[in-house]
Amino acid sequence: MLGAVICEQSGSAASKLCVKHMVTPVVLQAEVFPYPEVGNEEAEEIQQLVAPVEKFFAEEVDSARIDQEAKIPPETMNGLKELGLFGMQVPEEYGGLGLSNTVYARLAEITALDGSIAVTLAAHQAIGLKGILIAGNEAQKNKYLPKLASGEHIAAFCLTEPGSGSDAASIQTRATLSEDGTHYLINGSKIWISNGATADIMTVFARTEVVKDGVKADKISAFIVERAFGGVSSGKPEDKLGIRGSNTCEVAFDNVPVPVENVIGEVGGGFKVAMNILNSGRFSMGSSSAGMIKKLIELTSEYAATRKQFNRSLSEFGMIQEKFALMAVNAFVMESMAYLTAGMMDRPGLPDCSVEAAIVKIFSSEGGWICVSEALQVLGGLGYTKNYPFERYVRDCRILPIFEGTNEILRMYIALTGMQHAGKILTGKIKELKKGNIGVAFGMAGKRLKSAFGSSVDFGLTGKDGVVHPSLEESAKKFEQNVAFFGTTVESLLYRYGKSMVDEQLILKRVADVLINLYAMTAVLSRSSRSISIGARNHDHEVLLANTFCSDAYFKNNYLMTQLQKHSPENNDANIKKIAKEVLENRAYICSHPLERTF
Amino acid sequence: MSGRVLVGVKRVIDYAVKIRVKPDNSGVVTDGVKHSMNPFCEIAVEEAVKLKEKKLIKEVVAVSCGPQQAQETIRTALAMGADRGIHVQVTGKDYETLGPLQVSKILAALAKKEDAQLIILGKQAIDDDCNQTGQMTAALLDWPQGTFASEVSMEGDKLKVVREIDGGLEMIKINTPAVVSADLRLNTPRYATLPNIMKAKKKKIANVNPADLGVDLTSRVEILRVDEPPQRQAGVKVETVDDLVGKLKDTGRI
Repeated sequence: MLGAVICEQSGSAASKLCVKHMVTPVVLQAEVFPYPEVGNEEAEEIQQLVAPVEKFFAEEVDSARIDQEAKIPPETMNGLKELGLFGMQVPEEYGGLGLSNTVYARLAEITALDGSIAVTLAAHQAIGLKGILIAGNEAQKNKYLPKLASGEHIAAFCLTEPGSGSDAASIQTRATLSEDGTHYLINGSKIWISNGATADIMTVFARTEVVKDGVKADKISAFIVERAFGGVSSGKPEDKLGIRGSNTCEVAFDNVPVPVENVIGEVGGGFKVAMNILNSGRFSMGSSSAGMIKKLIELTSEYAATRKQFNRSLSEFGMIQEKFALMAVNAFVMESMAYLTAGMMDRPGLPDCSVEAAIVKIFSSEGGWICVSEALQVLGGLGYTKNYPFERYVRDCRILPIFEGTNEILRMYIALTGMQHAGKILTGKIKELKKGNIGVAFGMAGKRLKSAFGSSVDFGLTGKDGVVHPSLEESAKKFEQNVAFFGTTVESLLYRYGKSMVDEQLILKRVADVLINLYAMTAVLSRSSRSISIGARNHDHEVLLANTFCSDAYFKNNYLMTQLQKHSPENNDANIKKIAKEVLENRAYICSHPLERTF
Repeated sequence: MSGRVLVGVKRVIDYAVKIRVKPDNSGVVTDGVKHSMNPFCEIAVEEAVKLKEKKLIKEVVAVSCGPQQAQETIRTALAMGADRGIHVQVTGKDYETLGPLQVSKILAALAKKEDAQLIILGKQAIDDDCNQTGQMTAALLDWPQGTFASEVSMEGDKLKVVREIDGGLEMIKINTPAVVSADLRLNTPRYATLPNIMKAKKKKIANVNPADLGVDLTSRVEILRVDEPPQRQAGVKVETVDDLVGKLKDTGRI
């Protein structure tokens, strides 16, 4: 049965609990208990590296000015380069810092204090030069990485086109092989390119003609393009709502000659390279958002504690207190998820954590947006003015659910990847059924009944040999219940829809939301269990945050899953679609005005 | 001349932290509080590294006295350009009562052991504001001292030091070996860049016990009580001089 298979591994089954099977049908692999631990050397390193970066951002970064002038001053850029922030994940042998994903995420907490700088750095190294790093050959790495790591050259990632955003596979930019086979000529234009005007080295994606088994096909390839090759032009900087100091513009390629040696990976294998690049940088949004929220909590609480109305300080009012709890819980979840994911990614063997990274991105972008808005609300009218940084944080945050893969697309990815996995298992079961294995059918029915009557579910998280600390037992049980219900829900969805599930976005959205909550619950349970066992400072507060979040998520999940049941009265999807259809057909709100008369 | 400079660096509570007194008034809260290198010590390190870059001296050795965490401070000095470090291990009660007298004895012993030509220290630490270590170290070694230095230059085997004093600036010329204590305007310390921090991991830090240096850490000072400064009261505006005099009389000030 899908929902309740425990991955039985040798040795300590609990400690190696395989979330993959626990949260089946999702491909959440890796071991989430115990919470990843950094080595001694790395722990010391982190302390050392954080200090100068924090100091620089506190003393040398004028965010208000950067936002107002819509540019990062050259002195600040130089300071960032000298600090070494342009080559954080480039290996030391190529002149970078060779930082692990975990340490990179830690520094992202600090760079996030200025949105424009954060995006400029990320566009350069998390995606701009990442292709060379993860898919480039030795020659390419030796040639390009050193100057990119020092910041002498800036990188950009050129995938999106006017006609191809979320539908990245439909790009039209073309790379034609020359007669003599020595180079490609690239033609096309890209939009929304961060660092588009300043980049010297760009990772460009274009269609190439590929011949396989005598059949011609048009596949995407990835190229390292130097502005110096000629034919590259950048448009004027986009006038944006937020991250105004980060340069965003169109980039046009007019017969740009690119040597064949500059193809990254295989010709025709570019789409995969693009996806791998995007997947690898996503998780750090968790720590960036957490860093920003933590800062906001400091700024906002100062005000809430001192501002008085009705003869009481704001901090005494429930609705204000709620906002601080919201920010604390969100920061806690984001941190926990970000470092859990980074820790898993740092394990040897390059585990695929793309689903987890997508989850972190969605939670952090949406949570961040809500939190900055609530922080602004605490300051009231003051928060709305440019005299305070809140409005800038709000504007800077709005891009988070949009770029690096829209949250809508990522929800589809999370849900479908999980469904695919479940589908495989289910297909196997169906085959058994068809072969006449009645036992399987009874087995499934039996387990369905069992969970329908809410009998206790036990995945070994709690109890004598459990990995979760007793003070988190209630939350762990809620988690287990959610997982079991989820398993049956998915199974029933697959029976109902089969392959046409792909078009049921409102269903997939809920599936994704449940998965996001489940991963978040896992992360907080794992993190706070660790904090208790190592006696971390204020671990009681962590338990409080974890239990609060899990309780909230538990009920939200149950509601979502209730809506997913067959003929669920809580499900308004049919109406929603009908409303949308009528509005979109008319391209307007269609109700007659309440003041109109028909008589 | 050995061309070796000893720089003392102290780990203190970060200047930006809001200090809180412990509930039992025995001291301030240090647990979980952000610590960093004393700002005047940063200036001292910067000066030493500058001298090395000008090729006036050959080696910069960073010294810190304290528990395990003192190594972080030494590492910062190494990342700024010091060549190697010496961690003098002082823990527990000894660390709580460690003061300028003990530290100056340690530095004097190390200066002799390392054959140092110059000792540069920060003029004072921002936690205890003692402003004594430089002076005591010089006295113990019977070396000349250039304290509150806002400018230092070497002329042969002599040191020209511009000192910040109450009346303005004083320029003195002293023999080496000498002790210099750095004041605010001596220089602007460089950021320890991340690449330099990574390189500094390869530099050595030696561990030393005060006992091996023949230093007795017993303190002559006992802290009785620590209190927060009195809360600043709001002021009052007055219209005329007579009002002012009246108010001063009322509150018993005159």
